Amino acid sequence: MLIINNLHASVDGKQILKGINLEVNSGEIHAIMGPNGSGKSTFSYVLAGNEDYEIDKGEMFLEDVDLSELDSVSRAHLGIFLSFQYPVEIPGITVTNFIKTMINSNRKAKGLKDMQAGKMLKKIRDKANLLGIDSRFLSRSLNEGFSGGEKKRNEIFQMAMLEPKLAVLDETDSGLDIDALKIVANGVNKLKSDKNAVIVITHYQRLLEYIIPDFVHVMLDGQIVKSGDKKLAYKIESEGYDWIKKEL
Amino acid sequence: MAFEEDLDLSSEIHNIRSESFNHFEKIGFPNRKNESWKYTSLEEILKRDYSIFPKKESIIELKQVKKYFLYDLDTYKIVFIDGIYSPFLSDTTHDGLDVCLLSAALNKVKYKKIIKKYFNKTANKEDSLTSLNTSFTKEGAYIYIPKSVVTEKPIQIIHFASGNEGNLLLQPRNLIIIENNANAQIIERHQSLVSHQVFTNSVTEVFINSNANLEYYKIQNDLSDASLIDNTYISQEENSNSRVHTFSFGGKLTRNNLNFFQKGKNTESTMKGITIIGEKQHVDHHTLVRHAYPNCQSHQDYKGIYSDRSIGVFNGKILVDAIAQKTNAFQQNNNILLDNNATINTKPQLEIFADDVKCSHGCTIGQLDKEALFYLKSRGITEKDSKALLTYAFANNVLESVRIQAVKKRIKSLIAKKLGVNLVHDL
Repeated sequence: MLIINNLHASVDGKQILKGINLEVNSGEIHAIMGPNGSGKSTFSYVLAGNEDYEIDKGEMFLEDVDLSELDSVSRAHLGIFLSFQYPVEIPGITVTNFIKTMINSNRKAKGLKDMQAGKMLKKIRDKANLLGIDSRFLSRSLNEGFSGGEKKRNEIFQMAMLEPKLAVLDETDSGLDIDALKIVANGVNKLKSDKNAVIVITHYQRLLEYIIPDFVHVMLDGQIVKSGDKKLAYKIESEGYDWIKKEL
Repeated sequence: MAFEEDLDLSSEIHNIRSESFNHFEKIGFPNRKNESWKYTSLEEILKRDYSIFPKKESIIELKQVKKYFLYDLDTYKIVFIDGIYSPFLSDTTHDGLDVCLLSAALNKVKYKKIIKKYFNKTANKEDSLTSLNTSFTKEGAYIYIPKSVVTEKPIQIIHFASGNEGNLLLQPRNLIIIENNANAQIIERHQSLVSHQVFTNSVTEVFINSNANLEYYKIQNDLSDASLIDNTYISQEENSNSRVHTFSFGGKLTRNNLNFFQKGKNTESTMKGITIIGEKQHVDHHTLVRHAYPNCQSHQDYKGIYSDRSIGVFNGKILVDAIAQKTNAFQQNNNILLDNNATINTKPQLEIFADDVKCSHGCTIGQLDKEALFYLKSRGITEKDSKALLTYAFANNVLESVRIQAVKKRIKSLIAKKLGVNLVHDL
C-alpha cells in the first residue's frame, strides 16, 4: 500500500529525514519508535504533505500514486490521515460543523453529493458512541479548551468518520490516561481491517499493548535503523535506545 | 391653543436647526487634515450634487424587500423609502410604548416635554456632519420605552433607497429613549434596492436611563454605490447596560462614529463589530467611551477581514475621568488581511486620569494561521474552503454575544455568503 524509498526531507534548510525506507501493506500495523528529535513527527508531516517541509530526495507511493506530486488536500482524498500530536484549536467552528465540512469535502472530491443530513447525524452518533464521546462535546468549538485527552479522542473520532486507507497516529497516547487510552485503542482496533493500514508513532510501548503492531521500527537521526516485531518494543521499553546505537 | 404650542415648539427646533446650520457653514465638511478623518476621505462622495428631498414618493411592494427584514421574527417596524415614511411597510405602535416617527414627536404637543429634554442633548454639537444632520432634521425613528416596560418585540428601523431618485442625500434622525428599568432591542439597516449614488448621514441619539437595557444591531450590507456616515450617541445613566453590534459587509464608504457617555456609576457599555469587505470598499470605526463615574465597564471587540484593495480603520478612544475609579475598560481589534493590497489602520487612544483602573487594549494584524490551515487541508478540505472556514471562524467568535437568534442566524449566513463558505447546517 505505502512504499517509501530513500526519503530525504528538510525544514528551514535543516535536513531531518536522511533516507527512510518503509513498506506498509494492507491490513498491517506498524509502529515507529525513537527518541525525541529523531524525525518521527517530521516523517508524519512529510507523509501528510505539510508544505513547510521540503522533500530533497527519494519517493513515496500510496497504491502506486506518487505522493510527491500531491498537496495535503489530495493526499487526504487519497486516504491518508494524520492524527496530530498537537491538534490545532479553532474557536468559532464547532466539532460537528468541522466534521460535516470534512466529510462532504472528501465526498465532493470523489464526485459524490453531500451526505444526507440524517445519515450524517447517525454516523456521527455511532462513531461518537464508539469512542465514548459525549454529545455536548460535538457542539463545542474545535479543540478549543479541550484537555489533551479530549483532543486526541477528537482526532480518532475524525479518523473514524473519514475511514482512511492509511492512518498515521502521531503520539496519540501522550496526554491520555489509561482509561482514555483503552477507549482510543479500542476505537482504532475496531476501525482496523484488511483493507487499511496504521502507522503508530510513539515514544512508549504502553500504547502498543493495546494496538498490537505487526512491525516495530526504530528511528534514529532521520533513518529507520532497526526493524522487528513487537518484542523490539518491549526491549526498548526496558533498555532504551543505547544498545541500538552501539550496534550501528 | 394647541396650534400655538405647536408653533412655539417648532420655533425651538427651528432655533436648534439654524444654530447647527450656522456652525456647519463655519466649519464645513471634515477633511483629511482633521486628525479623526486622516484615513477616510469624503472627497469623492462630495464631488457630486445630491438632492436632499426626494421629488416624489416611491412605492415598494413588500415582496421586493422582504429579504431585508427579519421576517421570521415578530417585530415593530419603522420603514422609510428615500427618507419618506412608508406606512405600508411599517408596523408602529403607541400601545404602552411609542414606536413612531420623529416628525410626529417634533410637532405634537404631547411629546413637547420629552423633545425639549432629550432632542440634540447628547449629539456632539461641534461635529460637522452631526450639525449638518441637525440642520435638516425632519424625519427618522422616535422610540420611547416608558418606565419598567419590558418590550417583547424587537424594533426594526429600515431605510430603503429606491433608486428612483438620482443622487440622493439622506439625513435620518433617530431619537431613542429608554426609561428606568425598561429595555429595547433595535435593528437598523440602510439598503438601496438598485445600485445608485446614495449618501446617508444619519444621527441617532439614545438615552438609557437607570437600570435600563439596550441591544442595538446595525446591519450594514448595502450595495456598492451607497455610502453611510452613522453618528450614534448613547448616554447611559447608572446601572444601565448597552450593547451595540455593528456588522459592516457592504457599501462604498462607511463611517461609524459610535459614542458612549456614561453618566452614572455601574454602567456597562459593549461595542462589537465584524467588518468583512473587499474590492475598493472602505469601513471606518471610530469609537469613543467616556467613563465619568466610578465602577463602570466598557468592552470593545472589533474584528476585520479585508481583501482586494479594501481599507479599514479602527480608532478606539477611551477617556477615563479622574473621578472614574475602578473603571474596567477592555478594547480589542483583530484584523486579517487576505490580500497584499488591503489596508488596515488601527489605533487605540487611551486618556486615563484616574489611578485605580483596569484598561487593556490590543490590536493584531495578521494572515491566517498556517498551522490551522494545514490541519484543515490535511482533512481533505480544499485550500479555498479551508481559508474561508478559518476566516468564518475568526469572525464568528464575535457573534456569541448576539442575543436575538434570528439576528445571529442572519449575520452568520451573511458572513458565510460573503466568504463563500457553505455552512447551511450551522445557520
